[in-house]
Amino acid sequence: MEHTSCFHCGDLCDTSTVLHDEKSFCCQGCKTVYEIFSDNDLTCYYDLQSNPGTTPQDIQGKYDFLSQQNIIDKLVEFDDGKSQIVTLYIPQIHCSSCIWILENLNKLNPNISSPQVDFGKKTVRLQYNSEHYSLKEVVILLSSIGYEPYISLEDFSTGKSHVNRSLIYKLGIAGFAFGNVMFLSFPEYFEVNEFWLEQYKPFFRWLMFAFSLPVVFYASSDYFVSAYKGLRAKVLNIDVPIALGIIVLFLRSTIDIMFDFGSGFFDSLTGLLFFLLLGKFFQQKTYSFLSFERDYKSYFPIAITKITKDGKEQPVQVYDIKESDRLLIRNEELIPVDGVLIKGNAKIDYSFVTGESEAVRKVSGDKLFAGGKQTSGSIEMEALKSVEQSYLTQLWGNDVFNKSKEDGFTTLTNMISKRFTIVVLSIAFISTTFWLFYDSSKALNVFTSVLIIACPCAIALAAPFTLGNMLRIFGKHKFYLKNATVIEQMAAIDTIIFDKTGTITSNKQSTAKYEGATLSSSEEKLLKNTLRGSNHPLSRTLYALLEEHDIITLDQFEEHLGQGLEGVHLKDRIKIGSANFVGKNTETALLNTAVHISSNNTYKGKYTFYNSYRKGLSQLFNTLKKQYDLAILSGDNEGELENLKKLLPVRTKMLFNQKPDDKLEYIKYHQSEGAKVMMLGDGLNDAGALAQSNVGIALSENVNVFSPACDAILDAEKFNRLGDFLGLSKSAIKIVNWSFMLSLFYNVIGVYFAVTGQLAPVIAAILMPLSSISVVVFTTIATNWVSRNLK
Amino acid sequence: MSVIYILLTISIIVAVIFFIAFIVAVKSGQYDDSYTPSVRMLFEDELIKEKPKTSKLTNQD
Repeated sequence: MEHTSCFHCGDLCDTSTVLHDEKSFCCQGCKTVYEIFSDNDLTCYYDLQSNPGTTPQDIQGKYDFLSQQNIIDKLVEFDDGKSQIVTLYIPQIHCSSCIWILENLNKLNPNISSPQVDFGKKTVRLQYNSEHYSLKEVVILLSSIGYEPYISLEDFSTGKSHVNRSLIYKLGIAGFAFGNVMFLSFPEYFEVNEFWLEQYKPFFRWLMFAFSLPVVFYASSDYFVSAYKGLRAKVLNIDVPIALGIIVLFLRSTIDIMFDFGSGFFDSLTGLLFFLLLGKFFQQKTYSFLSFERDYKSYFPIAITKITKDGKEQPVQVYDIKESDRLLIRNEELIPVDGVLIKGNAKIDYSFVTGESEAVRKVSGDKLFAGGKQTSGSIEMEALKSVEQSYLTQLWGNDVFNKSKEDGFTTLTNMISKRFTIVVLSIAFISTTFWLFYDSSKALNVFTSVLIIACPCAIALAAPFTLGNMLRIFGKHKFYLKNATVIEQMAAIDTIIFDKTGTITSNKQSTAKYEGATLSSSEEKLLKNTLRGSNHPLSRTLYALLEEHDIITLDQFEEHLGQGLEGVHLKDRIKIGSANFVGKNTETALLNTAVHISSNNTYKGKYTFYNSYRKGLSQLFNTLKKQYDLAILSGDNEGELENLKKLLPVRTKMLFNQKPDDKLEYIKYHQSEGAKVMMLGDGLNDAGALAQSNVGIALSENVNVFSPACDAILDAEKFNRLGDFLGLSKSAIKIVNWSFMLSLFYNVIGVYFAVTGQLAPVIAAILMPLSSISVVVFTTIATNWVSRNLK
Repeated sequence: MSVIYILLTISIIVAVIFFIAFIVAVKSGQYDDSYTPSVRMLFEDELIKEKPKTSKLTNQD
């Protein structure tokens, strides 16, 4: 069988190929999207990028809640009765074709106007005529072409987000003032006693004063606030000497020009602020398409279908669900509250919660937990608790989620700054006392000079540029950090804890082992061909594992939902599925998932599925064990214990049957003993542990899909590079320390001029940018050098 | 002699105009998304190529 890939989405057309317009498609859905595009002359979509599309999902009835006015009000940005503007998050946006097709939506429906894509955020913002068109129809249109928007409870409860652009304004102002002040002070650098220059000196100086006003009072406001906060908390953070330097620079310069002592230090003042803000700007790298602050709200739907007493279906807001409400959960919908299954064939996929990819079967009367996703047909359930009181969501009531991690953490820069500030102040006072006795007219000059020249610009820049650059390098290698301080915390880690399912095992692949009577080649052929017809995840896995066989047409094929498959070819009949289905009664409770097979009503054997571990797992553990304590916390049973023992180093601790709370407590216990813990997890059940740990890393097979709140997101394919990332964060800290030395060296030179009372504005204007630029150059070269081997 | 005042005033006004332009640009959200416009720019040709195609179709209809 030759493998052709779908013209629309690029998937392999292995089970059923749909031919249309001389192109092959993997399913009817993809074909339909192609038809929509070709009918509207939008086939350009396929020219920009090959196989750009995504298969549309079945969404029937899923968006009925979007016709409710109170929900629409929360979602739209603008509504004047005639038209509405809405921004929708579409995780499927991944290439230039996506941008093109979404920005041409108005060709598909004339009621939509000016759609605009933000590729970084993966959103589309569009306006539509609300008199003839509705939000629900917009969402359905998008879904029908494979771009289903993601609308979650978070959109409903947070409302509109506000963009903070103050840093870029401040940077603009500082840069503007810096440039102009530099021009104006240029003549004075050369001390030319030219008549006209002498004439206009005061005017130039007051102009510089005017330019520095917005810099001091607006651009540097963050430093004053932070220094004040630091002093109140009795911490000498780096912003204290900076704020002191800025005040002294400004006052001294103003006095200088007022009494005509000199030209002042306005050039240094504005330059200092410009470089400092540049450092801040550089460090502020954010990955706008990722979110590190997610809780259950971003997973949960806004509304769900409720069945009223008189049997009618009615959309209800999730927060309004009360105890004993009857709910209808459709295929692929998420269960929002804990409840009891009443009717229907439940196969719940808890992969959001546990990371376990295999769906769990439930029969009516069984308890269902919030967070599971129904995967076969629709079910009816009765709510037992409200959303906030459900088992999973209760986790967010824990205190860990309410305190910010940065609070209890002193950065490297602040540690240095404490000693630095004390040293600088003592130098200033000692030298002033000396000059008071020696030549009292120079005492004040020396005092201010020391504070000006010692303003720790280069020190304050060392960490932002090193860590900011490292953050970018990590980002290029698919390791996304929430902010730069995470690197500092990573360097201090001594214990690493892994979740099992989905973290050290892969969700995509699993391996199966056959036990029982050997299958004849005709039986194997029949088995493979029967599996071909099924879309069940286990069938697909097994199908991929089995050897290639000729395609035969089955005489009879039947899929018994939730039980198994039955296939007949000529005289042979095969049954594949659960033990009961194939006619074997098993008493032993099995720890692993298995698929049983019987041929012509005789039991043959079973395929047992094992987790497949990620590539390079044991190598990674063996490298890490030298420097770190390792542990595995699993929510699963002990079925894999023996396998893990073989793979991992002897000293690795392994704990099974851990509930989300247990994981959190385990980390808390280790921290109370002084350990610095890093946690790697993937599911919502790890959310508590991720928040409690010093560094919480969420592992994700696809970074666009949701991951719980964390400090960093690591792409699963880079899992085996974890050791390198940890090593690099340590190197980054070393680089910061070296840059501190470099900038202290400049400070010593500057202080020499200051203490001896020779600090001319021109020296300050040279030393300050020189030290800043050399620190920036050094850190950039050094970080690229240490990470050159990271490929 | 006072020509320098005029010159300085003009030069500062020019600088301030650019500064205001910058602030307005930031405020309008131009710097919020720095990637999509770079891709969108390349689409213009495709759109022109397509327009005659669409009109042909409508004529046939």
